[in-house]
Amino acid sequence: MILFGLCAFLVASSGVPGLFLRTRGGLAAAWLMGLGALAGLAAAARALFAGGPSLALLHTPLGTQGYLRLDAVGAFFLVPVLVLPACGSIFALGYWDDRHESARRLRLLFGITTGFLVLLVAAAHALTFLLAWEGMAVTAYLLVMAEDREPVTQKAGWIYLACTHSGTLCLSAAFALAASATGGFLFTPLPMGFAATSRGTATFLLFLAGFGLKAGIFPLHFWLPGAHAAAPSHVSSLMSGILIKMGILGLIRVLCLVPDPPRWWGALVLVLGAVSGLLGVAFALAQHDLKRLLAYHSIENIGIILLGLGLGTLGKSTGHPALQALGYAGALLHVLNHSLFKGLLFLGAGAVVHATGSRDLERMGGLARTMPVTAAAFLAGSWAICGLPPLNGFVSEWLIYLAAFRGLAFPSSSWSVLAIAALATIGALAAACFAKVFGVVFLGQPRSPEAASAAEPPRAMRLPMTILAWACCAIGVAPVLVAPALARAAGAAAGLAGPVDLGGMAHLTTLSFIALPMLTAAALIWVWCRKGPAARTGLPTWDCGFTAAGPRVQYTASSFADGLVSAQRFVLWPKVHWRRIVALFPSQRGYRSEVPDPVLDRCAGPGLARTARGLTGLHFLQGGQLPLYLLYILITLVALLVWMVA
Amino acid sequence: MSDSTLVQSLHILLHILTAVLLPPLIPGLINKVKALMAGRTGPPLLQLYYDLAKLARKQAVFSRTTTWVFLAGPVAVVAAGLVASLLVPFGHAPAPIHFQGDMILFAYLFGVARFATVLSALDTGSSFEGMGAAREVTFSVLTEPALFLGFAALVKVSGSLSLSGMLASPGFAISRATGPLILVLAGWGMVFLTENSRIPVDDPNTHLELTMIHEVMVLDHSGRPLALVLYGASLKLLVLGALIVGPLLPRTSHPWLDWAGFYAGMAVLALAVGLVESATARFRMNRVPQFLVAGLLATAFAFFLLQA
Repeated sequence: MILFGLCAFLVASSGVPGLFLRTRGGLAAAWLMGLGALAGLAAAARALFAGGPSLALLHTPLGTQGYLRLDAVGAFFLVPVLVLPACGSIFALGYWDDRHESARRLRLLFGITTGFLVLLVAAAHALTFLLAWEGMAVTAYLLVMAEDREPVTQKAGWIYLACTHSGTLCLSAAFALAASATGGFLFTPLPMGFAATSRGTATFLLFLAGFGLKAGIFPLHFWLPGAHAAAPSHVSSLMSGILIKMGILGLIRVLCLVPDPPRWWGALVLVLGAVSGLLGVAFALAQHDLKRLLAYHSIENIGIILLGLGLGTLGKSTGHPALQALGYAGALLHVLNHSLFKGLLFLGAGAVVHATGSRDLERMGGLARTMPVTAAAFLAGSWAICGLPPLNGFVSEWLIYLAAFRGLAFPSSSWSVLAIAALATIGALAAACFAKVFGVVFLGQPRSPEAASAAEPPRAMRLPMTILAWACCAIGVAPVLVAPALARAAGAAAGLAGPVDLGGMAHLTTLSFIALPMLTAAALIWVWCRKGPAARTGLPTWDCGFTAAGPRVQYTASSFADGLVSAQRFVLWPKVHWRRIVALFPSQRGYRSEVPDPVLDRCAGPGLARTARGLTGLHFLQGGQLPLYLLYILITLVALLVWMVA
Repeated sequence: MSDSTLVQSLHILLHILTAVLLPPLIPGLINKVKALMAGRTGPPLLQLYYDLAKLARKQAVFSRTTTWVFLAGPVAVVAAGLVASLLVPFGHAPAPIHFQGDMILFAYLFGVARFATVLSALDTGSSFEGMGAAREVTFSVLTEPALFLGFAALVKVSGSLSLSGMLASPGFAISRATGPLILVLAGWGMVFLTENSRIPVDDPNTHLELTMIHEVMVLDHSGRPLALVLYGASLKLLVLGALIVGPLLPRTSHPWLDWAGFYAGMAVLALAVGLVESATARFRMNRVPQFLVAGLLATAFAFFLLQA
């Protein structure tokens, strides 16, 4: 299809004019990205609304069937894949302008990564899928390394690269196994009964590991916080909003091709979702670095998406279409919603970092006064990520809850109640975490001179945040708008013939009307408050007679989270460094707490270092002498010969 | 047909009037009970109405640290509370708005109220209000799952995915569900006391900031915003109270008698809260999570009893 090809070409080449232009390269990139996004959205709309069979896009020179195919699922994923980079490239105009030496390189790579993402959502063959996957992974590595002089960035980049390649290794093996069953590398349904065999099990687990590494499922998440924190903010928003969702896309593609998933597949996905969700938000709560915190929240939201996928898959195994449809619809909508609000939050974090030069929550405060637009947008994102009505996060969580409550009537009800309890706890923890973030960053008094002198970012940075915030509001207030597209995509994801009957199971229309009285009531009460006797302003906060109340006596991020962090210390293992006060009038005191990542800093890191040290003993095998290597080849050949003869 | 529509709209009107006008009476009842238990005369039953009327005429004071978020807190509390009151049935008549999954919206509306209150508290930059906000979110992590596990148990019993169906279900007549229902209501009772910041979790009367949760978060509000805070708190008493009272009400022969039963049930609930507050002391702060875990376990057991 021409629109799709145009879209892929425009976004992939968006950074090219910037290579030749002295100035305005960013503007050209933003325009190209925006035009490409419009073309792609038109293509997605045709695939989602036109109905009928999905469009085959490109015919192979060798075979008969398409390598690329934009079906409803792909089209649904295409929407965030285009919206976020378009917003990101506008944001970059103010955030990463030509004064940065890496600006041109970053623009070029940003476009190429988006191009690979566009191809990936339409890949219908293992080869195109893996090519786009690797292209995306490698260009994303180069994006993370924008500030490659920083040792922290280098480390985060290397860990990411190692993880993504391990994932690709798993995926290659899994595709090979699947191909042995279907007889080809096209995405065709697996034969009945294959899923129950040991080979089917191995295929599923390999897919789960490969896609899980990308999606950041706990305990395969450990590359994620470092890489997201090290990358420039619009890149983090792309990675957190879209890149990790490609793992979810992969899982959906795989589950779609399996006609009879065993029940434990859904249960496993659901349990992984509960674990990722709970631990993701628990670790987020303990972070002091704004971007690391948001990155842990991505793990949490991947967990919520997996809860939906798990419920949907359980519905497929047990033959309950309602469960299947609601679970998949909730998961898909959460994919879209999460990319909107998490993209928004990362852009907001970028604006904060831009203004204060720090990612440390303890150095923020009071930014809502100096950066009102950023604060309002960030509040919208926080509201949405906590799943509070009437914003979009609530709608998708509501669908997943509804799937779980429906599932109570089915034999799989123990899994449903696990999902309900996990979602409720995640919701409360996420609200706690974002109350902390928004309260400490934007409210109260500035805790550092940088925060006190912060200023609103330029318009190019405010515009994309505003767009994303309004998108969150629109989906939240009027979920009926996305319902037809969602129904079609959920139907395709669930492997059903047509769109699912979403309106019959989930009253999205009623939900849309609920927002109306709530907003009206809020507006009326607000006006009533404002109409009251003229308020006195300019007085200090009442601090119980403690007259010297300055910014330093405010509750900090650590103290706000302390109750929850210390209650979960058996999971989080916080490290506390403080100097015990021994004498009167102590001259030096200090308190610092940190929560290292359990997998990276406590298991994988030390474990791999030990393994590497152990393996140095094998260095003699690789002595650098050509004859030795030739000898190895000879030995291998002889061994192969013997084996073949025997 | 038109007759039943008329009756229905009368029910809805009564529901809305109850939700808007009744709430301030409940704290009055509780305080009266407490005063009588302590041998005092106590404030008049309608004291909160007088307070609200007075506060509405008073000048508000805004600290120079605060932003618009400070005012948005009380506004969101009342707006969310009013919408939640439309979702919960008062007695046996279905709520004005009911649809599949409305209990999720109901629970999350209280999430909205909590989030807005916490942000409003943090907006003042006061360490005391920060302390209260931190406690509020900490305890909510235990009350939220208890509420939802209770919903799960009721959905399992009644087969209805709507508050109006699950609370007014005749299914509670069956003996198998009685035990779990008692457990759910016990767990929700604890949630009710916590969410409404009553003794033994929080003390609405003390003004010692170090020991409080809810009161300390609203230290800086005054004038009309304070009126909203007080009204929102009483609205929460009514709406969460209806959750507990509803399933216990016997079904009478006439819908208007059901309403009388509901009012009587709310009065009994207020009496019970007053008695609890007179008879027990507030827990030490580190004991509160244990209390809440007990509530969580009660609802979880209720579900597993039904599962077995």
